[in-house]
Amino acid sequence: MIHARIRNEYAPGPESAAFSLDVDFKAAAGITVLFGPSGAGKTLTLDCIAGFVHPSEGRILLDDQILFDGASGVHLPPQARHCGYVFQNYALFPHMTLRKNLEFAVERIPRLERHRRVTEMLDKFHLAEVSGRRPYELSGGQKQRCSIARALIGSPRLLLLDEPARGLDAPLRAELYAVLRQVRQDFAIPILLVTHDFDECFELGDEMIVLRAGRVVQTGPPRKVFDQPANVDVARLLGAYNLLPAEILGLDPGRNISRLRFADFELTGPYFPGRLIGDHVWLCVRPDLLRVAPKDGRLRANQVAATLLRAVDKPQAVRLEFSDELVADLPRADFERYRGAKDWVIEFPQNGLRIL
Amino acid sequence: MPLDWFPLWLSLRVAIISTALALAVGLWLAWVLANRQFRGKELIDAAVALPLVLPPTVLGYYLLVLLGRASPIGKIYEWLFGSPIVFTWQAAVVAALFHSTPLLVKSARAAFESVDRSYERAARNLGASELRLFWRVTLPLARRSILAAAALAFARSLGDFGVTLMIAGNIPGKTQTVALAIYDAVESGNGTVARVLVLIISAVALIILGIANRLTSSPYGPRQAAL
Repeated sequence: MIHARIRNEYAPGPESAAFSLDVDFKAAAGITVLFGPSGAGKTLTLDCIAGFVHPSEGRILLDDQILFDGASGVHLPPQARHCGYVFQNYALFPHMTLRKNLEFAVERIPRLERHRRVTEMLDKFHLAEVSGRRPYELSGGQKQRCSIARALIGSPRLLLLDEPARGLDAPLRAELYAVLRQVRQDFAIPILLVTHDFDECFELGDEMIVLRAGRVVQTGPPRKVFDQPANVDVARLLGAYNLLPAEILGLDPGRNISRLRFADFELTGPYFPGRLIGDHVWLCVRPDLLRVAPKDGRLRANQVAATLLRAVDKPQAVRLEFSDELVADLPRADFERYRGAKDWVIEFPQNGLRIL
Repeated sequence: MPLDWFPLWLSLRVAIISTALALAVGLWLAWVLANRQFRGKELIDAAVALPLVLPPTVLGYYLLVLLGRASPIGKIYEWLFGSPIVFTWQAAVVAALFHSTPLLVKSARAAFESVDRSYERAARNLGASELRLFWRVTLPLARRSILAAAALAFARSLGDFGVTLMIAGNIPGKTQTVALAIYDAVESGNGTVARVLVLIISAVALIILGIANRLTSSPYGPRQAAL
């Protein structure tokens, strides 16, 4: 279990704006994803935990050991923290063979035992055949596995990964995910993984921590974050929703309904506790929950009329972009059937409506 | 007249010893300047570079004052070794050292700073002490640039004239290095000796330059391009 409370202030430099990091989170064994856009402070958070950066305030607790405590001035050097770190560029020592790279991490233990551990690790990560090669003679996947093996060989109590999938193509990415799932199973330690790829959160994350501009904006299992983004900022970061400005016209807790105005249309949704009539809110609907069809006749309840502006082919479906910034997904076959239609109706699901 | 080989051997000996000393002192200094933040760092940096810009005679004068028989350092040396340091071949080593170390420190510092920081972070993260980090990671990665810098320092030690003349003098068979011998040969109209020595030194300098250039061209081939 890692508990990190970190505050760090950066004065504006000649080439950088002021930045303040202020995060507080816990992560248990399993994969916890630090998700956020570039410049959210994800890597900086890892660097503070690993001891490369001295935060200005806070406390970092790993199991029952204090790694950093601002108040009492404790700041363990990186050497004493027992955190495995997988660097973005792997940082494998270029002048050493793979085997030497691994041995470097366990030089303190006796020679025979060291040899056994290194061999075991090389086997585990399918690197035995290439153990005599230097990093520049390896493929991207081999380098990746080697850097993970090197980070784990010293039996760390925490594993940190800085955007491990960056720059990998799809097959290598799948291979990496398989390796990391195996690691999660074999090593019962907290794994903190930095990414700005939401699919990766789903693929790997037991928990996710959403960071934005140096702050934690939401935590929870990826599925839950996806279904219920905490606020409009998180929803924007995930980039997977229609975010539509709306106004609350009526609230009826007795019948568990609400009435909303979006553009010139009236919609019915579930009752929203803690809201007032007249509130201006963001309507948040996933594109795959909208039902769309070409317009024929009158609008029924919860339907709005929209003009199709653009259709974009996606692997799974066709993404339709309408007026009023509405976006909906439609299976390819359905779209073929309706090809040529310009005026459409879009039906909002009454229970899938969410406001932020 | 037979050629006197003594100046050549003396120069070689002086250059080898001073390069070894320059490496010992210079690498440490360069590493401190490249890695540590402390007050007065810029002052030390400037002081190290001073011999590069001072006229050799001025540098020689300072050293003469610093090491002379009346100075504390001179007295300690005389007490330890029984004879003064000035006007001995050891003084020529000191001259060469001050003449060549600044160059070595500057190049070595640049070499240390050019080592990707993530390797040093990785080494610390894997539990390596600062000393092990230096010997096993930073130095091997900067090795070629350091060797190139040492080659240039060696060449500079070989060719010092002014500082050597000031503190070691020009005593034939005792402190007369090649540079001084060439000057003497020209002064006394001994053209053949001058020509032979000049040719030998030029050839040595060219070889060293060639070595230095080869060393500074890319190590680890494809890696540099990949990162």
